Amino acid sequence: MNAPENRADEYLDQARELVTLLEAGRVEQADELLAALSGMRESKIFHELGKLTRTLHEAITHFPVDPRLARLSEQDMPDARERLRYVVTKTEESANRTLKAVEDSIPLAKHLSQRATEHQQQWERFLRREMDVQEFRTLTHSLREFLSGIIADSSCLSRNLSEVLLAQEYQDITGQVIQRVIRVVQDVEDGLVEMVRVVGSRAQPASPPGAQPATTSRLEGPQIDPKKADVMASQDDVDALLSSLGF
Amino acid sequence: MDKNMKILIVDDFSTMRRIIKGLLHELGFNNLEEADDGNTALPLLKAGNFDFLITDWNMPGMTGLDLLKSVRADAKLAKLPVLLVTAEAKREQIVEAAQAGVNGYVVKPFTANTLKEKMDKIFERITAVAQG
Repeated sequence: MNAPENRADEYLDQARELVTLLEAGRVEQADELLAALSGMRESKIFHELGKLTRTLHEAITHFPVDPRLARLSEQDMPDARERLRYVVTKTEESANRTLKAVEDSIPLAKHLSQRATEHQQQWERFLRREMDVQEFRTLTHSLREFLSGIIADSSCLSRNLSEVLLAQEYQDITGQVIQRVIRVVQDVEDGLVEMVRVVGSRAQPASPPGAQPATTSRLEGPQIDPKKADVMASQDDVDALLSSLGF
Repeated sequence: MDKNMKILIVDDFSTMRRIIKGLLHELGFNNLEEADDGNTALPLLKAGNFDFLITDWNMPGMTGLDLLKSVRADAKLAKLPVLLVTAEAKREQIVEAAQAGVNGYVVKPFTANTLKEKMDKIFERITAVAQG
């Protein structure tokens, strides 16, 4: 590429010619000359861009990439995304389960209290001897009905409460899943810190190529995809396997 | 099943311990104790006359499987019935637990009914063995 002073001479020549052309009233030739001038400028820009691209390409090719990062981006991050989606589903399910049990229980409790109040008032009237025989007869029937209603409603309430209790298991399952995702995030952070360190000092990465991250545990935690090979999709599958083992 | 039997519940998540406790209360068991991993469970088991152990698998410190192995290796505890209640659901893990001598295996999430069923089955079998 031309040195700047050569370039200045070139521009000056072209500019003088442009002035001459314009003074002579030859506008069309002046336009052509202007187009040629800007063309010269563009080709220089493209050349610089090309140089820049090559530098960037080489920088990327020779960039000291920690093999852990590749593993993280190819396997661990998509896995973490799946796990977090599972957490969203689980917490939503539990919330709905709990809400349904509570919503079913509130009217039951209200109804019980209302009926009890009515009967208490009637009973007080009876004790004050304000009730005739016919009314008392109605009250005994109504009381009998009310008592069997209490038995049915209270067992329904206790079923709903167990449902609420059991729905809280999401905390254990999602807790385990989130702890795993936290470990992945920690690995990403470590990888990035290492990368910054390596780039900053222009040194080689500290870990030898092909090094694997320390495996956290052989235990896998909650299985988020029951369709995966080797995963028992339900308690029935587990029971079948155990009975095949003589249990 | 003897409703007065002493049961140890081992899980690192207190929520899960409370759920299992709640379910057991509902089934009529009230003699319950808790531990948060194998390391805290083992001394309790050695010290107190427990009749049943319900444990999670994946716990920091000592896992449920190691706890099971320690129980089976201890002359005084060897016959203690053990139920694993765990999220681990891979075939090889279930086989491993069976080989280590587990009496029952419940996969989380589970229902109250599953827990009851498995406990019934374990004690039925123990009674059958004792009588046979």
